[in-house]
Amino acid sequence: MTDVRETATGLPGAAIDLAEMAGRHRGHRHLLSIADLGAEGITDVLRLTDSFVEVSRRAIPKVPALRGKTVVSVFFEDSTRTRLSFETAARRLSADVMTFSASSSSLNKGESLKDTVQTIQAMGVDGLVVRHSGSGVPWQVAGWLDGPSVINAGDGWHEHPTQALLDCYTITRKLGLAPEAGLSGRRIAIVGDIRHSRVARSDVLAFTALGAEVTLVAPPTLLPPSLAGWPVSVSHDLDRVLPTLDVVYVLRLQRERMLEALLPSIREYTATYGLTRRRAALLEEDALIMHPGPVNRGVEIAAEVADQPGSVITAQVSNGVAVRMAVLFLLLGSGVDLAVA
Amino acid sequence: MIRGGRIVDPGGSHPADVLIQDGVITSVTATVGSVPAGTVVLDASGCLVTPGLVDLHTHLREPGREEAETVETGSRAAALGGYTAVVAMPNTEPAMDSAAVIRQVQHLGASALCDVHPAGAITVGREGRMLAPMAEMAALGVRIFTDDGSGVQDSRLMRRAMEYASALGVTLAQHCEDASLAGGGHMHEGEWSSRLGLAGQPAEAEELMVMRDLALARLTGAKMHFLHLSTARSLAMIRGAKHSGLAVTAEVAPHHFTLTDECVATYDSVYKVNPPLRTAGDIEAVKEALADGTADAIATDHAPHTAEAKEAPFDQAPPGMLGLETALGLALTELDLPAERVFALMSWQPAAIAGLSAGHGGPVEAGRPANLCVVDPDEMWTVDPSASASRSRNNPYAGRKLRGRVRHTVLHGEPVVIDGEAQR
Ligand SMILES: [Zn+2]
Repeated sequence: MTDVRETATGLPGAAIDLAEMAGRHRGHRHLLSIADLGAEGITDVLRLTDSFVEVSRRAIPKVPALRGKTVVSVFFEDSTRTRLSFETAARRLSADVMTFSASSSSLNKGESLKDTVQTIQAMGVDGLVVRHSGSGVPWQVAGWLDGPSVINAGDGWHEHPTQALLDCYTITRKLGLAPEAGLSGRRIAIVGDIRHSRVARSDVLAFTALGAEVTLVAPPTLLPPSLAGWPVSVSHDLDRVLPTLDVVYVLRLQRERMLEALLPSIREYTATYGLTRRRAALLEEDALIMHPGPVNRGVEIAAEVADQPGSVITAQVSNGVAVRMAVLFLLLGSGVDLAVA
Repeated sequence: MIRGGRIVDPGGSHPADVLIQDGVITSVTATVGSVPAGTVVLDASGCLVTPGLVDLHTHLREPGREEAETVETGSRAAALGGYTAVVAMPNTEPAMDSAAVIRQVQHLGASALCDVHPAGAITVGREGRMLAPMAEMAALGVRIFTDDGSGVQDSRLMRRAMEYASALGVTLAQHCEDASLAGGGHMHEGEWSSRLGLAGQPAEAEELMVMRDLALARLTGAKMHFLHLSTARSLAMIRGAKHSGLAVTAEVAPHHFTLTDECVATYDSVYKVNPPLRTAGDIEAVKEALADGTADAIATDHAPHTAEAKEAPFDQAPPGMLGLETALGLALTELDLPAERVFALMSWQPAAIAGLSAGHGGPVEAGRPANLCVVDPDEMWTVDPSASASRSRNNPYAGRKLRGRVRHTVLHGEPVVIDGEAQR
């Protein structure tokens, strides 16, 4: 059975029973929250990602898995990196790719968000990759559409599930962890502006789903107002936390935060929460240093720390394409009928 | 005439038929014998016959936002909900901050399906900078002044408004929200806002202004009414203030005793409202305040918005939800209160707060204006937003089953609603 699927999709001969995996994902038409997948779903995506990493290394890094399918990236908020990563992933799966960006759209002419996405659906698309500065927009879009899959490429401060998946992939593979072990017992600190971070929200859900112990390190002003229901601990002392970690995950600090009285100054932030060279030396030698990018060198992380051996920031970027191939394949994959869900 | 019902009014409850002529109740008797030919008879068997409901908090959107609601469509929704009078909030465009705009709304209200009493703005343009001409508006009959939509932020200005208003015998009503602390939050700040990645406004943003205005009411002796209170501590402060003899009144909205902030997890902007949906604990506190008299009225905060406006990202959608057609059903279904208490909270107590007791709020007796509502307290029905008389559809209760529905509404003797159908 596996052979047939692999022939049809052009996937390499990894030991993955796609039909069995598809059965487990029959309920997933959309990827809105990382919580939609659960630990098992995340693990499946990571296993599929291995196959697509292999595809990406080929001379012609392309498989026919989504031939005849159309994927449109609908970015109401600019993010060239994320958009290119998704579009590259879709092209490598042989999907047709369309790009919609807010600046070129009719949103400026007073058309509502709902009208816009319904117009896109009417063009006959199979998947919408949605990015918006407003939390929850992918949920609204999924509710307004009837048919296409919606993939959340980042909504406001809320979630960024494919970032969490590529982070999980990067950590498990860089630490050489067995797939079934997840992140069990691993200690991960997320440092910085948790309050305004969709990456942090998705990462907390994903890391803890896979069994990691997560500590949030931030000044109280950059933490969410309530952490009720978050299975995390909190620290305001990065120096104390660093020596215990397998992974330190540094978030980008936006300079506007000072204007909102959340911080006195960038200087003070760097002094208390920045991953400086001195602090990086407190890490265990094999600990990973991560960042979702783009990096503010010298603010949340020192330039030389971002480039030191433990830093896997560039691996995060390069794994992004393969992870997104896995997600698109799971949700839209031909030969695996998920649309009936 | 209204035949076969049970009268519920401030005096109590008893079965009686009600005869009406020329807009006035002419008799209320146990059984009316023969009826003159040509008399319109409204069947009230199994029903409660009460003074018409009075809403202290209706946004009719006219002038300026007629695509969302007009005085006519809003008053039709009101009549269907059992209301014979509504207080129209002044956050129109232009704001109701002058005699000219008040007159315009009064003129529109003259042909509406319920009495429409505009509330005047406290400050010019509701901008919170200069006092609006309150005496000029009071001379036209305006009895409530508020900048609703926002609160008056400047404490000194609010003090002056209270002092000035006390000479006019009018009531000031406040939308309590400390704007800087609320910080443009789109929902209640707490567990759900944190999880959903939406900027929240803490309960304290409301409570700070309640606290301030209680202090200012003490200082000035002004009559203060607190609009749509939504938090347990706001209501506890009102309870304490009343206990200490302060002349303050308070209203709560049906959505604040029926829906919590968890509803926002769908990101459906129909759940965006200001003050925001709070926690389950706040719902309990609102119910308790209704039961023990801390809250004097249930007011709808009926706030129509077009589908286009609501079909925006949650953080860009305007706050507000419809309420006129569901308020009574929600109160009868969700509150563990006797019907007499519900009608006190929705008819005669709000009528007194709005200064409308001469025409509304009963008692149901000969010589009184015939503004009445006939309610079947046992009818089960399902909320269908598409069937609303409102021009808008932002109703958060779609599909909800309610017990208790308005059968007839009589406005100055005219049956404007018969058997649940608006007559014009
Ligand atoms: Zn208000």
